Amino acid sequence: MLKITDLVKRYGSGGDPVLKNLDLTIEGESVVSIIGSSGAGKSTLLRCINRLVEPTSGSIVLNGTELTKLSGSNLRAARRKIGMVFQGFNLVERLTVMENVQSGRLGYISTWAAITRRYPKQDIRRAYELMERVGIAHYANTRADQLSGGERQRVGVVRALMQDPDILLADEPTASLDPKTSEQIMGLLRDLAGELKLPVLINIHNVTEAKEYTDRIVGMRYGRIIFDDLPEKLDQDAMDRIYSGSPHADRGEDPVAAQ
Amino acid sequence: MSDHPDTWSRPPFIANPWLRWAVYIGTTAYVIWVVATIPIDWVRVSDGIGRAGRIFGGAFPPSFERSSLLIDGFLESIKIAVLATAGGVALSIPIAFMAARNVAPRPIFYLGRAIIIVARSFHPVIVAIIFVKAVGFGPFAGVLTLIVYSVGFVAKMLAERIEEIDFGQVEALRAAGAPYFSTLFYAIFPQIMPRQIGLTIYQLDSNLRASAVVGIVGAGGIGATLANAFGRYDYDFALAITIVIVAVILVSEGVSGYIRKRVA
Amino acid sequence: MTSISEQFGREDWSRHTPKQKARRFLIFAVCAALIAWALGSIEVVWAWVWDSPAQMGDLFARMYPPDVTNLGAILRILLETVNIATIATAIAVILSLPVAYIAAQNTTPNRATLWLGRLILVTSRSVNTIIWALLFVAIFGPGVLAGIVAIMFRSIGFIGKLLGEAIEEIDKRPVEALEATGASRFQVIAYAIVPQVMPTFWAVSILRWDINLRESTVLGLVGAGGIGIILQGAIDTFNWPEAATVLIAILALVILGEIVSAFLRRRIL
Repeated sequence: MLKITDLVKRYGSGGDPVLKNLDLTIEGESVVSIIGSSGAGKSTLLRCINRLVEPTSGSIVLNGTELTKLSGSNLRAARRKIGMVFQGFNLVERLTVMENVQSGRLGYISTWAAITRRYPKQDIRRAYELMERVGIAHYANTRADQLSGGERQRVGVVRALMQDPDILLADEPTASLDPKTSEQIMGLLRDLAGELKLPVLINIHNVTEAKEYTDRIVGMRYGRIIFDDLPEKLDQDAMDRIYSGSPHADRGEDPVAAQ
Repeated sequence: MSDHPDTWSRPPFIANPWLRWAVYIGTTAYVIWVVATIPIDWVRVSDGIGRAGRIFGGAFPPSFERSSLLIDGFLESIKIAVLATAGGVALSIPIAFMAARNVAPRPIFYLGRAIIIVARSFHPVIVAIIFVKAVGFGPFAGVLTLIVYSVGFVAKMLAERIEEIDFGQVEALRAAGAPYFSTLFYAIFPQIMPRQIGLTIYQLDSNLRASAVVGIVGAGGIGATLANAFGRYDYDFALAITIVIVAVILVSEGVSGYIRKRVA
Repeated sequence: MTSISEQFGREDWSRHTPKQKARRFLIFAVCAALIAWALGSIEVVWAWVWDSPAQMGDLFARMYPPDVTNLGAILRILLETVNIATIATAIAVILSLPVAYIAAQNTTPNRATLWLGRLILVTSRSVNTIIWALLFVAIFGPGVLAGIVAIMFRSIGFIGKLLGEAIEEIDKRPVEALEATGASRFQVIAYAIVPQVMPTFWAVSILRWDINLRESTVLGLVGAGGIGIILQGAIDTFNWPEAATVLIAILALVILGEIVSAFLRRRIL
């Protein structure tokens, strides 16, 4: 269970916070999508969870562990259990697919084993299973820069699953893909969440895909959650509240920003 | 799901195993052979530690007492660099045209390329000792050396630029009936001018660096002052000269980089 | 009938505005003044200058035909020259790795190490190989070792600078991704940074080897080993035919080096 309480993130010392006293709870194995216009703070929220972005204040608890207070090896141990899939895939282009996939296990193996590429047998078998599941097993020895966008994102997904995560974060996983590939990746994420009993939190721009592939939709606007319900409850009125209006108008009626 | 392999090894750097092992064994054998046969007198080397102590002891603090000698040496280096750049660039332009495949007839092209290869292949210090023998000690040998050095670099880069020009502009002027030199001035020079200015400034900087070196074999400038200081065991003066050389090179690099950015 | 120029009322055209003209004139004047100053004050005996073409001609006449009686010895020393360049490049490449690591803004542990790295690079790069050689000949005495160390000291700055820049220019997204998996700092370097700088690493190493081949041919002139010693000996004894052989050998070596490095670059990259 992931429980976020009163989370605030402010870049720099002054100015408007990107996340404003945000609360969010994710229970069980459900696929949750976060929608909202650019600048709403979706990406910052996701990155606060695995501390790629340092939260200013508030609490994030994953299965009983308070994530905001961790540092050093404790932080790395917590990150091992949080998988992340990126918009730009973020693969190491010059390494083979297998090396990219195994890089998800780096938190578990020794540095020496990592450098000499001597991966544990069960990790290799697991990698082949997952790669076959997403349809890229025959690319194991191919360099990542030889693959198409959809294939790269599959490598990204397998890398995250190799971590044996307790939760999967996906930051705009389909924004760099064409519509057809995009649907395949969304379907894959939904199916894998079911098979592996894994909660998944997805930032997404495409509302149609969010409605079709996820169990719950969270709508964000300028650092706040203003909608949180089942996909079928997302009507035109809710859409308007999430997407319309200028940042300026929004800040005008915001007592925090008026200070 | 037990049919999945549980071993994996990284595809090797060189796919062909024979070639791979040949490269590994060859490299190892070469290193062993070099280390075993290299003529190093280790006794003398171990003496060197003590000598290094004396040299550095003698070098601190650096002595700027004979700063007039230092300034004269530097001014001479600057003069050498300026004259060599002017002469070298002037010579480079015709040589570059000779060495550009698209504007020069075949035999002239080979001649131009040969001049560039010879000028590039010899380190300026080698060129300098030959000029010192031919025209005597002093800055004139330095100027000649750096002219050769400049030709090797500027003519090569310029020839490559000329080979890349847009020939349509030349054709357009020819079609308008422009004579040979007008075509040169209107269609080719404007295309190579920015590169030429950048190269000239770069070469001035590089000649200033090189002039510190060719002096060591007698071709004038600050290098001669440095070699003399070393020869007379004046390590404190040598350190002072080295510090000034480093400072001047850094300033000159900064200025040249700034101007080239402005021009480009 | 009116011509176009009358219609438009303009018969003069000038490419540059008066201000531009003034600026261009000023730049030309400065350049001309600089050259005039250099020409006027440089200490040369002009009689020698006018005599120099004849002297050069005389020199080349005395070089012909090249004397190949010592060719065996020359080739042996030439091989030693190659070894100096190769070994020195190899050691310098290894030593420059930590320097590049601390001199790159995104990998250096702290500000002090960053400035230490930059200091090493600047010192190494600003002092020419020959000047390093002078110093090491004074320390170790004449010989190959002084040459190897001199080339190493100069190469560390060159390789370290280019490698450091490559580290600063890497794609940061894979680094972020691996940090998110819980990998340690060292593992992130090994998996996300090293693969990205590998191409630059090879290209810079090959380029420096090619440069070092050229530099190692002159080390002998200050007593630091290699073919330069034979050249110096031949010139000092006015044995110009042998000097010509040595020069041709150096030319062949440098051209061969360029061919080899072009081949390696194509194969590896």
